[in-house]
Amino acid sequence: MSPRHTVWLVARRELRTRLRAKSFLIGTAVSIAVLIGFVLMQSTLFGGERVTRVGLSGQAAAISGPLTEEARARGIDVVVSTVRDPAAGESAIADGDLDALVTGTPAALHVVVDESLDENLRRALNSLVQQEVLRAQLATVEDLDPDQVLATVGDATVDVRSLRAPDPTHDERLAMALVIVALLYLSLLLYGTMVAQGVVEEKSSRVVEILLATVRPWELLAGKVVGLGLVGLAQLTVVGGVGVVLAAVTDVLTIPGVALGTLLWGLLWYLLGYLFYATVFAAAGSLVSRQEETQSVLLPITSVLVLAFVMGFGLLSRLPNASATAVLSVLPPFAPILLPGRLALGTATAWEVVVAIVLMLTSVAGLTWLAGRIYAKAVLRTGPRLPLREALRKS
Amino acid sequence: MLRVDGVTKRYGDVLACDRVSFDVGAGELFGFVGGNGAGKTTTMRIVLGVLAPDAGEVRFRGAPVDHAARRRFGYLPEERGLYPRMRVLDQLVYLAELHGADTNAAHRAAEQWVARLGLREHRDTEVQRLSLGNQQRVQLAAALVHDPLLLVLDEPFSGLDPLAVDVLVEVLREQAAAGVPVVFSSHQLDLVERLCDRVGIIKGGRVVAGGTVAQLRAGSGSTLVVDAPAAPAGWAAGLAGVTVLGVHNGQTRLRVAPGTDDQPILAAALATGPVRGFTHQHPSLAELYRDAVGVDSR
Repeated sequence: MSPRHTVWLVARRELRTRLRAKSFLIGTAVSIAVLIGFVLMQSTLFGGERVTRVGLSGQAAAISGPLTEEARARGIDVVVSTVRDPAAGESAIADGDLDALVTGTPAALHVVVDESLDENLRRALNSLVQQEVLRAQLATVEDLDPDQVLATVGDATVDVRSLRAPDPTHDERLAMALVIVALLYLSLLLYGTMVAQGVVEEKSSRVVEILLATVRPWELLAGKVVGLGLVGLAQLTVVGGVGVVLAAVTDVLTIPGVALGTLLWGLLWYLLGYLFYATVFAAAGSLVSRQEETQSVLLPITSVLVLAFVMGFGLLSRLPNASATAVLSVLPPFAPILLPGRLALGTATAWEVVVAIVLMLTSVAGLTWLAGRIYAKAVLRTGPRLPLREALRKS
Repeated sequence: MLRVDGVTKRYGDVLACDRVSFDVGAGELFGFVGGNGAGKTTTMRIVLGVLAPDAGEVRFRGAPVDHAARRRFGYLPEERGLYPRMRVLDQLVYLAELHGADTNAAHRAAEQWVARLGLREHRDTEVQRLSLGNQQRVQLAAALVHDPLLLVLDEPFSGLDPLAVDVLVEVLREQAAAGVPVVFSSHQLDLVERLCDRVGIIKGGRVVAGGTVAQLRAGSGSTLVVDAPAAPAGWAAGLAGVTVLGVHNGQTRLRVAPGTDDQPILAAALATGPVRGFTHQHPSLAELYRDAVGVDSR
């Protein structure tokens, strides 16, 4: 019997056991529900309080005080800084480190933004300009024509220039990015944990002894990883597919093509991320003999996933164009969660995707080798938790 | 058929197996006897390839045992283990397939063993819902379901009710009759004696005695039962070549060293009063075992 057949037999058992279980259906339904709730919650959260960072350059630095007061009066949170070089200011805006750069004289302010200027901030700045113009008009007391003064003041507004054309689909893209980040986080965490629990179940029930009398350790590990991976892939496809169809049918999304693309990228990155995490989860699981010990041994791995998830939400919604976001989204432990989010936003470049995939595959190969060794050595050891150092030692 | 040759395994300072060697021929029932920690389980795990020996090798049908050969072995581990949430029949089919049976053969064999071991009404029950005795039967079926060429059973009788013991004895005899070598360990020495063609006694990782029960008996003396109701305690204590095993209802059991003349024993017994019985018995395997491992427990 070929190893491939053995691996398939093991994988098929996992598939049948999981797909037949009620928990799979319940889990799928709950994921969809959580997903919807999550998006609704996030959109209100991000719509609310946030800090706008304004850089003042040249003569505009004079409005620092009035702008802060005006903003406070209007209830917007503004952090004002002075920028010496307008060019540096513009690149800070492109990187997402600044939200608006204000130049020019107080009576004729120019504003540079990435895509669009926050409406509240626009009103605050307009009001400052109008006060300034009014002050100038009042200074020339002779020939004061009230109508003309009002007209002049009314015409005085800030001049806004955007670095990039505002994207009308940005909000939809952001929503999709957050959804795919959440979905990938949940899938990787859930199915990675399942792999570990499966390994521990086989150890704690001692069934592993009769299995290893006929199956090689790597065949057992590979079968389990493949089987549970396929279950996870099926679930993600169903949840994602239902989401895309529902959103398109109910006209929540105006860009179903982008949504579909996001889902497909998500599925690819689920596979890559699952391969990355699953063998590590399995190796960690093989170190313990009882289910109660599983959580503690998995904590370092789940922490990395949680970190990727939290960073994904923060970075994608606030600093989508920052270079830090780009770098983190290419690194293997975070790429499976961050990069699909950036792909949904449309901010990831082709070469970033290529680099991320190459880095990912390289680390998957290395980790599989290492985790396979730990697993083969630890899976037959019963009793107290096996120290990692001992599992790595050459026999 | 099966040859275990100089197998050695060390765990740190503990020598679990020290040059363990024995042969089991086709259709032979080989009983592996020894105390807890004597090395039985380690030896069996090495035969099954679950553990790798530090030295020595295991050969089957003349060739070193490899992965393909082990696929056709049947194994009942000491620490029983099955998937707790898997149904009985599914579990057996799965294990048969892992051992290389095709789907149809696996289903047929699983159904057959379920019926044979009296599990038919439980075939769709999850293993964790079965009684312990029935779980043992499933475990046994798991060792047999792929029609193995060699059976290695670690303590197969522990936890079985008397009816299940009878079924297992019958199954083992049947397998042996079909030419399958059977190795099993047990603490129930009367069963081993009743069932086995040959016995290996292991102590501290070394095989200290081996052969048929008759061979073990030869040169081990005999057990003498003397029925002397009036004899005071300790009447036989000073006799040459005699060990007192115990006194029960006026009957004294004596272990007599090989080549000892029994007439002085009779004379000593008669000196205490009437002697109603004076019978030589074959020593039981339990007594031979105590001789071999050097523990005088009675």
